[in-house]
Amino acid sequence: MIISRRIVLRFPKRLVNRAIVSRLAKDYDLDFNILKASVTPDEEGLMVLELSGKQEDYDNGIRYLSRTGVIIQPLSQSVSRDEERCTHCGACVAICPSHAFELDPITRRVNFRDEKCLACGLCLTACPPRVMKLHF
Amino acid sequence: MAKTIAEINERIKQGQAVVVTAEEIIDIVKRQGVTRAAQEVDVVTTGTFGPMCSSGAYFNIGHTQPRMKLGGGRAYLNDVPAYTGFAAADLCIGSNALPDDDPRNKIYPGEFNYGGGHVIEELVAGNDVRLVASAYGSDDYPRKKLETWINIRDLNSAVLFNIRNASQNYPVAVNLSDKMIYTYMGVLKPNLGNANFCSAGQLSPLLNDPYYKTIGIGTKIFLGGGIGFIAWPGTQHNPNVPRLANGVPRDAAGTIAVIGDLKQMRSRWLVGASMLGYGCTLTVGVGIPIPILSEEILHYTAISDAEILAPVVDYSVSYPMLKPDILGEVSYAQLKSGSIMVQGKEVPIASLSSYSRAVEIATTLKEWIQSSRFLLTESVAPLPQAGSDIVLKPLNERPLDYSG
Repeated sequence: MIISRRIVLRFPKRLVNRAIVSRLAKDYDLDFNILKASVTPDEEGLMVLELSGKQEDYDNGIRYLSRTGVIIQPLSQSVSRDEERCTHCGACVAICPSHAFELDPITRRVNFRDEKCLACGLCLTACPPRVMKLHF
Repeated sequence: MAKTIAEINERIKQGQAVVVTAEEIIDIVKRQGVTRAAQEVDVVTTGTFGPMCSSGAYFNIGHTQPRMKLGGGRAYLNDVPAYTGFAAADLCIGSNALPDDDPRNKIYPGEFNYGGGHVIEELVAGNDVRLVASAYGSDDYPRKKLETWINIRDLNSAVLFNIRNASQNYPVAVNLSDKMIYTYMGVLKPNLGNANFCSAGQLSPLLNDPYYKTIGIGTKIFLGGGIGFIAWPGTQHNPNVPRLANGVPRDAAGTIAVIGDLKQMRSRWLVGASMLGYGCTLTVGVGIPIPILSEEILHYTAISDAEILAPVVDYSVSYPMLKPDILGEVSYAQLKSGSIMVQGKEVPIASLSSYSRAVEIATTLKEWIQSSRFLLTESVAPLPQAGSDIVLKPLNERPLDYSG
């Protein structure tokens, strides 16, 4: 079974100069799509990755990443909405390139589908009450 | 069958009033017809929840010891400048006010994360707010400096006063240029990349009483989660825009100025907002009850999204240059379908006004009336009517002549 997951990888300072992600393709037969990559001011690496392949290869690849010391977090845990202050206006709906916000035709509330989110951050400032948060 | 407001209030007091929302009345009229519905229904409730820039609040903070005259001095609430052109202990803040050190659009597009609207939201939420003030000092008001926390519960007065709210209809904003633009109508992507609108349509107060037959000065309303009143026609109130046969204006038309005690309002219904590249504002909840005094009044409240048209306006050139051209008209039914056609292109559409929260306001107001907690008022004077001598003028600029 082919699966596809969006994950956030954090590379401690000592790993920033090592080739790690490329081995997911070479040794574990996984496809990856880099959605975002940066080095933070304290020299840690951050990468948002869409990783896909067979379940078994995926599990082995994740085990390999963990062994190297990379910290792994599902992307959905890195994006959140302040449900108290969200007014369900819809200003985010047409701005999001991955269509992660959907207006429910019955309730007219805006549903956030975190599994579709690319963590691009466009919604953060397009939202008038500023309820979207990225935690990296 | 004509009823009076006094008769409806009697029924409300006895818990017998039949109250429905402006959304529910649409189906009722379809099923029963206007005549029967007008006999049965006493009140139709409306609601809207959107950014309303001409919102503000004024306060009396209580006198300091020794006395200090804020009037003519300077005052800041959480670093946002407040207006001090009044007497010693009175202050006023507008939702668009920004801290002096906010970079505005110097870093484009400016984020405008905190302004007057946010101060109002924080006060209503019961948060302490920092007041820093300076004054020139006088014999009777000698104090010159003040730095203190204030809280809404300690203020002598805290009053929301919005000089233009609840606009009757509004343009749909698009961008014909080839670059992203940042407007009070939200972020607009280039080449008709998206469109934004801002009205509750069939639930919007003034669209349900298009000729202001019951909504007038003195009307008691839902305001910011509490009770408020219509104080005056709003600024730019223009009853004379072209109308459809059903009375609905084809562009922004009527507006209202509203007032109410901020202390009984809720931050759920007064939310500070930041429009990227534009500025700060306040999202305000307004709900107005419409007494069904006649079949004609009921007929107006049965308006549905398909029967309300809004003009589509280019915010890259036409709007900033104050040009009247429009790119066409679309119904609110189309606006709520998720996309509209503009110049042969399918454009995704979103709203800045929250329909789900507008429903919640109309439903809350309905429950207040059903449970006898909210009685209706007679308006004390009408809003200026269609056909009155109001003409909305652009500024007539007259260059200053320095030749002496």
